[in-house]
Amino acid sequence: MRIDRTALADLATGAAFLGSGGGGDPYYSQLLGEAELARVDSFEVVPLDSLADDALVVPCGWIGAPTVSVEKLPSGREALAGLRRLEQEIGRPIDAVLPIEIGGGNGLAPLVSAARLGVPVVDADGMGRAFPESQMAIFNIHGLSACPSVLTAACGSLNVIETDDNLTHERVARGLSVALGGIAHMVEYPLSGRQAKDHAIGGSVSAAIAAGAAIRLARASGDDPFEALYAALRASGLYPFAGEIFDGKIVDLERETRGGFSVGRVVIESFGGGDRMDLEFQNENLIARRNGEVVAMVPDLITVMDRETADSITTERLKYGQRVKIVGAAAPAMLREAQALKFVGPAAFGFGDAYRPIEELNGWTQA
Amino acid sequence: MVRIGVDVGGTNTDAVLMDGAAIVAWTKQPTTADVSSGVAAAIRAVLSQGALAPAAVQAVMIGTTHFTNALVERTRLDQVGVLRLASPSGEALPPLTGWPDELKHCIGDHAFLLPGGYEVDGREIAPFDAGKVRAAVKELRTRGIRSIAISSAFAPINASMEEQAGAIVRADYPDAVITVSNAIGRIGFIERENAAILNAALTSLAANVVASFEQALAQIGIAAPLYISQNDGTLISAAQAAAFPVLTMGSGPTNSMRGAAFLTGVTDAIVMDVGGTTTDIGVLANGFPRESSIAVDIGGVRTNFRMPDILAIGLGGGTRVHLDPSLYAAGELAAEALEVGPDSVGYRIAQDALLFGGSTLTSSDVAVAAGRAAFGDRAGLPEFSPAVLGTVWNRFQAILEEGVDRMKTTRGDATILAVGGGSFLIADTLKGAAQVIRPPHAAVANAVGAAIAQVGAQAEQIVAYDQVPRATAIEKMREEVTARAVAAGGDPASVQIVEVDEVFLSYLPGRAAQLRVRAVADLAGLTVQAPREAPKKTLVRHAH
Repeated sequence: MRIDRTALADLATGAAFLGSGGGGDPYYSQLLGEAELARVDSFEVVPLDSLADDALVVPCGWIGAPTVSVEKLPSGREALAGLRRLEQEIGRPIDAVLPIEIGGGNGLAPLVSAARLGVPVVDADGMGRAFPESQMAIFNIHGLSACPSVLTAACGSLNVIETDDNLTHERVARGLSVALGGIAHMVEYPLSGRQAKDHAIGGSVSAAIAAGAAIRLARASGDDPFEALYAALRASGLYPFAGEIFDGKIVDLERETRGGFSVGRVVIESFGGGDRMDLEFQNENLIARRNGEVVAMVPDLITVMDRETADSITTERLKYGQRVKIVGAAAPAMLREAQALKFVGPAAFGFGDAYRPIEELNGWTQA
Repeated sequence: MVRIGVDVGGTNTDAVLMDGAAIVAWTKQPTTADVSSGVAAAIRAVLSQGALAPAAVQAVMIGTTHFTNALVERTRLDQVGVLRLASPSGEALPPLTGWPDELKHCIGDHAFLLPGGYEVDGREIAPFDAGKVRAAVKELRTRGIRSIAISSAFAPINASMEEQAGAIVRADYPDAVITVSNAIGRIGFIERENAAILNAALTSLAANVVASFEQALAQIGIAAPLYISQNDGTLISAAQAAAFPVLTMGSGPTNSMRGAAFLTGVTDAIVMDVGGTTTDIGVLANGFPRESSIAVDIGGVRTNFRMPDILAIGLGGGTRVHLDPSLYAAGELAAEALEVGPDSVGYRIAQDALLFGGSTLTSSDVAVAAGRAAFGDRAGLPEFSPAVLGTVWNRFQAILEEGVDRMKTTRGDATILAVGGGSFLIADTLKGAAQVIRPPHAAVANAVGAAIAQVGAQAEQIVAYDQVPRATAIEKMREEVTARAVAAGGDPASVQIVEVDEVFLSYLPGRAAQLRVRAVADLAGLTVQAPREAPKKTLVRHAH
């Protein structure tokens, strides 16, 4: 599969939705991708099963607070410097890269790095959405090591991270990202082709493109872009349930950059008042309560969208007064397994509520 | 209060004379190349119809699409020098990234990526380098680039580097005109820098246009203050508009929608403003124009201004109807034989349309031939068969219906408010419309919107939430801006909080945040939502 300008825009739209509010606004990654398309005519994406067992496959993306990423923009040298250094550490060239998370700008970020490196991007990712912390990747859940890992920043700082466990890796990387201004590029979880095939969430890049294309085509033909999105998500097989969980206007928003994350909450009131929804976020939207009752919780996806255009609004772009729909979707099955929920379920974020699937909470019966 | 609202469009300059809620007089005049004589002619016309002396006018409010048109047409723009203080951060996305090529070409290649900017925690990304700023300013001076935009990372948290660079420009290049990004935008670097560059590009034009407005008033002998409409329906002074033209760019749709709401008393509807080239379709919700939630493109450039969500479709009074003259009297018309627009004769309608002795078939010609409007000289029209007229007319309606459908957000038929000089193109039975309302003075709804401008109030404060609980702090500021809006003449019942913006300043102790709250209100007596008094008997004469 080749990604041209149109597919890049679709990927940006789809990744913004799959980010569940996080992963950073894809706009900047899209601009960088467009600039790169002046140099190469398209980006190459290969299916997960095409990888050789002994290939070196590297997930990468940006770590930090999305609220910082909209002000402190990349120098453009971060990703390639990190990938090259990882090649030195491992002592062999990289064969392919993949997004550590498909959600937000990170779903697009590897395209340019891959083109610069002269390798393809794999149609897969490590989270099936976006999560705030590195150890929430499926590779950690399945027991693979994040290291060696390389973290680079706009100022030119380059840091090779070697730790015994992945939680320490996240803490070190987070600390570095804060020290370096709140946003940095990270290359982590170097994989063999075999490991990638066994553990990565396959098909997520093409699912994001399909979701974006569905919204674009529905807008062009005057159809409901939300219905088109739900249909595309279901058709992907990765996100079997999707639907609206609230409709209203943002009446309060509290958002700050703390500990290397964008954290806060947003309150949406229904038109005409009466009902309200509370969303809490740490980079990503984590839990949605309607009139105090939980209606969606991590790892299921919760995305705030413009109620007219179906543009996804990432947490750093939320504003008082926006008129929005809150859309939820079932997370990929791999993230709902008992082992995964230890790392990405509500308890991992300090919520007392036990995980319940979004389709159950909302009485959605039709897949 | 006696005031004059003026709308300066690309084709027409409209004016209304209002006393309180009553429209005393109105006019539609051609826009002139020098702008000022058209404005003066329109104001003179309403003063004479209203039999009012210039000295009796208490305020003049002007809304203009001049700056938007300049951007869309890529004309009359200044080249811009950009001093960006953020390097090494952001070098991957230099200024003008993502701009349309033609516009980029107009702005020129005069960007300097300089060290500087702040981190989110207040540290410097790189120290300010006065020597490098001086060298860049010297270079801009050599190139003769007078309009300068200055941007810096996290300037909304700390504007100091932008101000330092501005001071160097003022000292070394006194002729230069400076736009600093922190004066027009909030968090979101690219969008804020884009807005600063757009503003700088409009510097000369804004100075000229505002000066020509002032000149027009001086010619007539009006000493009352001059205000310019901004995006959110409130006013700014002429001097502010000259310095920040970018803040007025969304005022056209805002004025037409608010004007339509005022003229009809309807607060929830779809507004269709039919001009010479396009029909702008917007949505009124609770008397306010519906805004787009996220980034707004102006002339193809991404900004984060809040503006009405508008769909512009290519059908207006001057839209060309492409149809072979041999088919004018045909018994039936194949769909592919007919094309409507999107090209338009625009302001040349008074010469080019068949109705005015020209040789181009326009939508206006068809509307008059079909008996949907009466103006111009019918004798200039050829014989059309009823089948042909019906087919063309139905095509117009299909184009409009599609636009309505795209803007509709709820199922069911909507109320349509038809305004603008070309609103005769909208049929009474539009698919998707429960009813089509054509208010009196529909042709000058824009100028009415300018005349009923809202008052705005804003408060900004740094609050340490460790000392004052957040909810208390926000509530206090809401009350404060509400009181200010009322003090400025706003109707207490109409006050709306339109912005609550909170930026945490993590480099200050005590969970400090910079809190900004903004309110707008209708002027007392002009509230759209409340039932209005029926307009008093007015002295209206139709001027052409």
